Amino acid sequence: MTALCRAPEYTVSGDADAFPIRVRGLRNEFGDYVVHDDLDLDVRRGEILGVVGGSGTGKSVLMRSIIGLQTPVAGSIEVLGQSITGARDDADIAIRCRWGVLFQGGALFSTLTVAENVEVPLREFYPDIDLRLLAEIAHFKVRLTGLAGDAAVKYPAELSGGMRKRAGLARALALDPELLFLDEPTAGLDPIGAAAFDQLIRGLQQTLGLTVFLITHDLDTLHEICDRVAVLADKRVIAVGTIPELLALDHPWIQSYFKGPRGRAAASVRHLD
Amino acid sequence: MSDVPDFTLIPAEGGDTLVLTGAMVVSRVGPLDMRLRAIATPLAQIDLAGVTTIDTVGAWLCCRLSRDTGAAIINADDVAQRLIKALQAVDDGVTDEPVQALPTWLRVPSEVGDAVVGMGHGTIGVLGFIGQIVMASGSMIRHPGRIRARALVHQMELVGVNALGIIGLMSFLVGIVIAQQGAVELRQFGAEVYTVNLVGRLTLRELGILMTAIMVAGRSGSAFAAEIGTMKLTEEVDAMRTIGVSPMEALVLPRVFATVLMMPLLGVYAALMGIIGGAFLAQLTLGIPFISFIARIRTVVPVYDVWVGLIKGPVFGLIVALAGCYQGMQVESNAEEVGKRTTAAVVMAIFTVIVLDAFFAVFFSEVNWG
Repeated sequence: MTALCRAPEYTVSGDADAFPIRVRGLRNEFGDYVVHDDLDLDVRRGEILGVVGGSGTGKSVLMRSIIGLQTPVAGSIEVLGQSITGARDDADIAIRCRWGVLFQGGALFSTLTVAENVEVPLREFYPDIDLRLLAEIAHFKVRLTGLAGDAAVKYPAELSGGMRKRAGLARALALDPELLFLDEPTAGLDPIGAAAFDQLIRGLQQTLGLTVFLITHDLDTLHEICDRVAVLADKRVIAVGTIPELLALDHPWIQSYFKGPRGRAAASVRHLD
Repeated sequence: MSDVPDFTLIPAEGGDTLVLTGAMVVSRVGPLDMRLRAIATPLAQIDLAGVTTIDTVGAWLCCRLSRDTGAAIINADDVAQRLIKALQAVDDGVTDEPVQALPTWLRVPSEVGDAVVGMGHGTIGVLGFIGQIVMASGSMIRHPGRIRARALVHQMELVGVNALGIIGLMSFLVGIVIAQQGAVELRQFGAEVYTVNLVGRLTLRELGILMTAIMVAGRSGSAFAAEIGTMKLTEEVDAMRTIGVSPMEALVLPRVFATVLMMPLLGVYAALMGIIGGAFLAQLTLGIPFISFIARIRTVVPVYDVWVGLIKGPVFGLIVALAGCYQGMQVESNAEEVGKRTTAAVVMAIFTVIVLDAFFAVFFSEVNWG
């Protein structure tokens, strides 16, 4: 149980293959408000790690720290064997072409069509790709995320919320990343759409061999597709494990999270299947 | 380097076999794609045995070749099979051709046409917007309780009080420039003393209010367009409507009235600062004492010059505020439009102000206020 409560220490810096994301001693603070203190986390290759925690526990801040948008006060973050915290400026983070990020609202570029949105990272990293191939790639990426082909020529403002998330996912997958960061992918979707999105993520993760870092409040998502769940509370990751492993722990927040009315409902649906 | 993706064609009866080798990944396949497109001979098989790694883009190339030529894919490893299967499932045979830009000889007339149509729509839109403002003002006069005094005062502070520094400095410097340039020319006739007339009449009639209008258009007109435009984008304007707050009353009218009220005040202030600038220079270089300069202004500037400036003020204010609010309310879809509309608001305001100023000049000289 202690092993669960504390992410195990891996001091050898050679296992980037097994652990594409390694966070050690992370500390984030905004003014006097400390968000993270001495936070450790390892993400295993090929897993879908769900990150849960109450509002304001710094789930998004953790994600922003890992992808280099937020400079932590202390601690080290290694992604795919490269230090994010040691990078002096944005350009130093050369592994950007190996991860994809889906922000909460999709964060599509509003002046570009969906297809052009998908093409942006491709043009940025691989300028030698022919325009026709670019269009083909954008088209099949859009189709892979479950959108109809004609959505590719639409502007983000013309799409519904769920379609925008899928389009954002298409852009996140544009470079065939190894790592995928998802910030509340199913928030704001109807239950059917959310379930379909869960299956989409699972399917893509298996097809493309992705490692997924997934922030969510959605208990169904946790039960359905997450291999492990990391719980953020008390300014750090208090536990990482499968849901049964977490349930065995005697932490009040974990108990009320998974055993509250919504948690029970999600779990019972799972058992009915 | 063996990782560079390449292919060889093995001729065979009934179709060639295409043997792909190397890393079929997005970072490498750019040049290969063009060569693959150039293959003209019929293919029977695509052999992936030599492929070291593959991602969706590499798989897509195989998938497309197989679709277009009917060739079978053989010797694919697990990953390749999985990817190709996933892509075949979503391939709908449609390829979006990259949009071809029109040739120049077509693009020029097409853009001119778009601009003319746009101008027509713009004119109708502005007229409609003025109508809305008149109606909203009418209903506000009938229900004075709905007047948003706080918003009005706040906007008056933003448009008027906060602009005092920059407008004062600008007018002061303009006054110095007029006096300096005027004195140089007038000295040739020994008529330096008429510098007072020049500075006094020019700042009160024309430059005070014109420079102020341009500054307010740049400071506040653009801010109106950007504020209202961003609020449209974030659906704040829609939210207002659903609460029962008319965006016209809450957003547009306070800004319009604040600008209409503040513009003549700023114009007079600018004129005074210009006169002070002129007097300052006259004292330094012409030897006209500051006090005499000010006293002489009273005798040489006809009082209708002040009226001319005061009459133009609210009109220019109305134009600046209208342009800003109108362009802001026109924002529909995206962030780029906010920028475009903001630029359009400033250009429209300054252009209209200068055109109207010319009309005013003719008008006032016709009524013997020249």
